[in-house]
Amino acid sequence: MAWSIGTDAIGDLARGAAVLGTGGGGDPYIGALLARQAVAEHGPVTAVTLDELADDALVITVAMMGAPTVMVEKLPTLDEIMEPVAALGTYLGRPATHVACAEIGGVNSTIPIAAAAALGLPLLDADGMGRAFPELQMVLPTLYGISASPLAFADEKGNVGVLQTVDNSWTERIARVAAVEMGCSVMICGFAMSGAQARESLVRDSLQRCIGLGSGIAQARTGKVDPVDRVVELLEGRELFAGKVVDVQRATTTGFARGTATVRGDDGDLTLRFQNEHLIASVADAAGDETVLATTPDLIVVLEHDTGEPVTTEGLRYGQRVRVVAAPSDPRWHSPEALAMVGPGYFGYDVPARRFDGRVTEVPA
Amino acid sequence: MHIGIDVGGTNTDAVLMEGVTTLAGVKHSTTPDVTTGIVRAIEDLRAQHHFTGAQVQAVMIGTTHFINALVEAQRLAPTAALRLGLPATKSLPPLIDWPQPLVEALSARTYLAHGGYEFDGRPISPLDPDELRAHARDMAAHGIRSVAISSVFSPVNHDLEDQAAAIVRDEFATADGGAEVAVSLSHEIGRIGLLERENATIINAALRELAGEIVDGLTSAARAQGIEAPIYLSQNDGTLMDEDFVRSYPVATFASGPTNSMRGAAVTSGLTTCAVVDVGGTTTDIGLLVGGFPRETAGEVKVAGVRTNFRMPDVLSIGIGGGSLVDLETAEVGPGSVGYRLTTEALVFGGSTLTATDIAVAAGRADIGDASRVAHLDPAFVQRVLDRIAERVSEAVDRMRTSPDPIPVVAVGGGSILLPDELPLFGAAHRPENYSVANAIGASIAQVGGEIDKVVAIEPSRREESIAAVKQEAVEKAIAAGARPESVDVVDFDEVPIPYLPGNATRIRVKAVGDLEMGR
Repeated sequence: MAWSIGTDAIGDLARGAAVLGTGGGGDPYIGALLARQAVAEHGPVTAVTLDELADDALVITVAMMGAPTVMVEKLPTLDEIMEPVAALGTYLGRPATHVACAEIGGVNSTIPIAAAAALGLPLLDADGMGRAFPELQMVLPTLYGISASPLAFADEKGNVGVLQTVDNSWTERIARVAAVEMGCSVMICGFAMSGAQARESLVRDSLQRCIGLGSGIAQARTGKVDPVDRVVELLEGRELFAGKVVDVQRATTTGFARGTATVRGDDGDLTLRFQNEHLIASVADAAGDETVLATTPDLIVVLEHDTGEPVTTEGLRYGQRVRVVAAPSDPRWHSPEALAMVGPGYFGYDVPARRFDGRVTEVPA
Repeated sequence: MHIGIDVGGTNTDAVLMEGVTTLAGVKHSTTPDVTTGIVRAIEDLRAQHHFTGAQVQAVMIGTTHFINALVEAQRLAPTAALRLGLPATKSLPPLIDWPQPLVEALSARTYLAHGGYEFDGRPISPLDPDELRAHARDMAAHGIRSVAISSVFSPVNHDLEDQAAAIVRDEFATADGGAEVAVSLSHEIGRIGLLERENATIINAALRELAGEIVDGLTSAARAQGIEAPIYLSQNDGTLMDEDFVRSYPVATFASGPTNSMRGAAVTSGLTTCAVVDVGGTTTDIGLLVGGFPRETAGEVKVAGVRTNFRMPDVLSIGIGGGSLVDLETAEVGPGSVGYRLTTEALVFGGSTLTATDIAVAAGRADIGDASRVAHLDPAFVQRVLDRIAERVSEAVDRMRTSPDPIPVVAVGGGSILLPDELPLFGAAHRPENYSVANAIGASIAQVGGEIDKVVAIEPSRREESIAAVKQEAVEKAIAAGARPESVDVVDFDEVPIPYLPGNATRIRVKAVGDLEMGR
């Protein structure tokens, strides 16, 4: 059933998106503000489920590409969000019928709401990841052979480009360079797909899930229920660890916020390895032997101990009391092709992918 | 010698200092009009310890006038917000997300114009002088008297803010009657984060006229007492600003209350790096002093409903105070409190509510009220409550500290009788004696500072040089603010690489502080 996203739901959605952002995706404040502004100006957005989608619908994803830090200074405009959609429509010879989120973490969960409101298009209750990842090609549609290009991109000055590339990794490489040249914050539109393809490749009910997470945390707090337990329940995950952040190391690696954080609990230390998002959670025993508890592509979420408020990798600080939750990602992320794209190995860690419950994903030799 | 005065919401404290020695200290209720309160404080100091006006080298004042004016939406100037950045940012204009009553109290008008920079300093679009002149004429026509100018990435390059200010001033000067206009520039006020920096700048602009009145009032009060020495006001970070600076940047006084209290606690205890635990009636506020300065919040702070990125002291409040309710079943304390009704509702004062103060009296830690009224309390229960308080306070202090290294704890405030002499995890709690006037002592600390916050592209081979250059900028800013050059030190340095930006773009924050050159 189609439902409506008004300004009231945006706060919950943004908080939920920070949970599913697994530490990355940037401060959702600006994205939420923009979505609220667009909805206030153009009216509520209609969200439709994948089941309601006609086979011949034309679905496109809308997202921001660049540095979230730039976005808090050079605030994005609605024009900038609409232009690549128009350019893609021109290139394809027909206009899009539905907007979808490429990812459901951080700012890219709220930008599509602004886009759908401003364009007067319905928004799919679905997304390309079920979480957040740092690169453009890291979406399930890539695994279904759906091309990111033609990919349209625009800056606030009115510069618009359309890329046609040989595969989705090339789209990422070329678009990233363009994004930097255009001021490191551009809006992109691509992954044009039919309704049938969207139904097959996207993660369903993402917006509902996000709003449910956001309101679940808020309601647990007012109802004096443990908000972290509520998150664990909603994500069908498990709590890995509770403790205090005792060390945060950030490395200056070009382009990525890479680092490690140590959380000290009653039974030892948990180490978080992150690169924008949390990628690996492991514990060490007294002899220093490390046991990996969970890795990407499953979700590793750090929540403030009492309030359940999600903590970003940039926001990690000594002394915070936190709880670390692991939760399953969409099962399709555990195929060999998917792990090659988003598994620990892609991010430079020589460990097998471990699911939220500790199982190693078997990769056929 | 010098005088420190802290004008709080309830009390005005004043001290006469010789170096770091307190010669006299007085406490009064705060008066609605600034001048009277200051005059009375100075007269009473003189009664305690005679001095002549000529002996006073400086008067340092901490005041809540400006933040109160904002919170009460009173005495704010008609203000315009002018943002340079078109075509960027237009969907989220200035004052977005402000409480409507405050927008009305400012008779605020907003304007967008071309200009602004990219993250690496390239221009977004050139300044359009005609556009700015048209905006300025419209402001003048609508009775605007103060203007806040912000530009995209002005912490990286502020040239366009300066140029726009010159054009706006010129246009006001040539308008009918040649009006004066106060201009506040965002790069001088806030940090990276356009909306938050712009908000702080607009607040500053709205307070400019009041700042003039307050400074005039304070100065005439001091002069009436024969004091010709310069007047300084406390800033959020505990450093001082002179009269002219206050006229231009009143917003920098916003958090001086908690800051002065923390710094005063440090001075009276002789510690510069410590945790300060201020136990009041309803809450315990915990802050951290590092090198004599409060550690500040990293993120956004809402003031009167407006999101800003002021550097505010990072204070953690927990619901434990002298008036906190004590649960007879669980031995748990707070967060409920009898507050100011302590002296009628607590058991020791003849009331019927068991409060934390009763527990302190029962334990023999304090001699307040009638101890016989709590003699029936089970000593084991009393001990359990005190242990629980100590445990929770220790845990909160532990949460605030930035490393596992040991840190001394200074306990102050009327409710600090609740704390044991030894805190779990931290050992001895220091209890300074002069606490009743510690706020004023905090205000009297004569240091000035300079701060830089910008995004710098750091070439890997030139990292040291790049960082040194930013540090030097901060040192020069401190000297310009009145610090004795040889006394200036870099007290705070933070370097954060920015994700998704090429060229090792790094956000650097540096704060330099030195001793005020007195009698300059």
